[in-house]
Amino acid sequence: MIELERVTKRYGAMVAVDAVSLAIPTGAFCVLIGSSGAGKSTTLRMINRLIAPSEGMIRIDGRDAASVMPEELRRRMGYVIQSIGLFPHWTVERNIGAVPALLGWPAARIGDRVGELLTLLKLDPEAVRRKYPHQLSIGQQQRIGIARALAADPDLLLMDEPFGALDPITRDALQAEIARIHAASRKTIVFVTHDMDEALKLATVVAIMDRGRLVQAGTPLELLTTPVNDFVRDFVGREDLGMRLLSVEKVAQRLRAGETAPGEPISAEASLRQALSQMIARGSDRIAVVDAAGRSRGVLHLADLVRQ
Amino acid sequence: MTAARFLRDPLAWSLGAFILLVLFMPASRPLFAALFPELERPLYTQDSFLALALSHLALVAASSAAAAALGVAGAIFVTRRAGAEFRGLVETLVAMGQSFPPVAVLAIAVPVIGFGAEPALIALTLYGILPVLENTLAGLGAVPATVRDAARGIGMGEGAILLGVELPLAAPVIVAGIRTSTIINVGTAAIASTVGARTLGSPIIIGLNAANIAYVVQGAILVGLLAVVLDLAFDRLVARTRRWRDP
Repeated sequence: MIELERVTKRYGAMVAVDAVSLAIPTGAFCVLIGSSGAGKSTTLRMINRLIAPSEGMIRIDGRDAASVMPEELRRRMGYVIQSIGLFPHWTVERNIGAVPALLGWPAARIGDRVGELLTLLKLDPEAVRRKYPHQLSIGQQQRIGIARALAADPDLLLMDEPFGALDPITRDALQAEIARIHAASRKTIVFVTHDMDEALKLATVVAIMDRGRLVQAGTPLELLTTPVNDFVRDFVGREDLGMRLLSVEKVAQRLRAGETAPGEPISAEASLRQALSQMIARGSDRIAVVDAAGRSRGVLHLADLVRQ
Repeated sequence: MTAARFLRDPLAWSLGAFILLVLFMPASRPLFAALFPELERPLYTQDSFLALALSHLALVAASSAAAAALGVAGAIFVTRRAGAEFRGLVETLVAMGQSFPPVAVLAIAVPVIGFGAEPALIALTLYGILPVLENTLAGLGAVPATVRDAARGIGMGEGAILLGVELPLAAPVIVAGIRTSTIINVGTAAIASTVGARTLGSPIIIGLNAANIAYVVQGAILVGLLAVVLDLAFDRLVARTRRWRDP
């Protein structure tokens, strides 16, 4: 549980973050979203004390973050940034093992952990562990960046626009990766982005910021259905609202159980948006649904997509 | 290293040539006698060339090591928070110092300190600091801010960031500065024999005073070759510091 209590950051007369209060429950995927200069990165960087708050308090699992040595605090939090920031003169292995090395793990345990993480991030450990960052693609480098953040198995992961510099295909792949890691580990993730689709895809909690203030925090569905003001309404997108509503709900929530339909089935875990896309592509108003194990779950009808 | 690779290595054979010349210069008397028949004494014999070479090397090594240590330490100090306010002052001094020829530094050192190896050592050290300091500032300044941010963000302490990240990344530029400083010192150490230090410059200075060209040639060949050897050795060292770039 991370609690921000009236956290404020001033630079001279400029207020970068203005009395933000936010509670992020353990295991949440919290996305801070807003336009440039909204204060989202500053807020994130106050959680690991790269920036000292001017006022207010940040508690991590009930403990005041200011009472812990900054280095010690940061070693317990993974940190991923848009520019990746791998150490160019260190091998992949040494980069990933940086935090365990700081924590004094024995070399053999670090080596095992590096192999484990490379496999988790779908890289071939033997092919990349002795390479240098500049020998890898940007997408592979950011996989290493995520592996480095996960190395000491932190409970909390801070990610500052981690996929902002990636091409759309690599970005989709890494979004899926981080969603999978979150679902499997239930780590708390605080994630900064300005991409609403990315936020809706990943978040369990979205916090919208504007000019240093927290405007609204809630589940993706709450934000889409009950925006508190016009800023949020504009931000979540008036034109795309329908499609975005479909993107935050899963097929499992609207299917008719017990029915069967012909054709290639879709996963119950897919979003309604993906299902609609399939229906349009196939020219069909119904689609069979299966669970992860491939067992039939029922049928999704086009008419059920428009029901509120 | 195989024999063939050894022969193709310019560092190996220039070092070999330097050592052979230092040891067997006395044997070259007939050559210089033939080249300069008008000279009564065609070979410099006041000191052994080995002794001159060793004291020259000792002067260069001591002054360059001191210059490297002071230059790197100074640049680190002014790039830390505690020393940041001295940065402008230090940079001005560096810029002013660079416009000073090394001979002038020697000329000033004598009236202040006196004759002998000591003023030479001090003058060489002071002059040698400048390129090291300047390059260390440039090297540390070129470390990407994102790498430093990541290092802090994962919980590295300031000392670990300096030793583990900043200095290794700046190393090629820092070593290039030490190289410049050392090569300048090889030449300046030769001139330092004018203030009483015994170096490979002694035959040159004595030869110039006594219109003995053979002495000048003997000293100049050795000083020049020593500079080449050290330059090639630094080449090797620079390549080592950037080995990660093309493994």
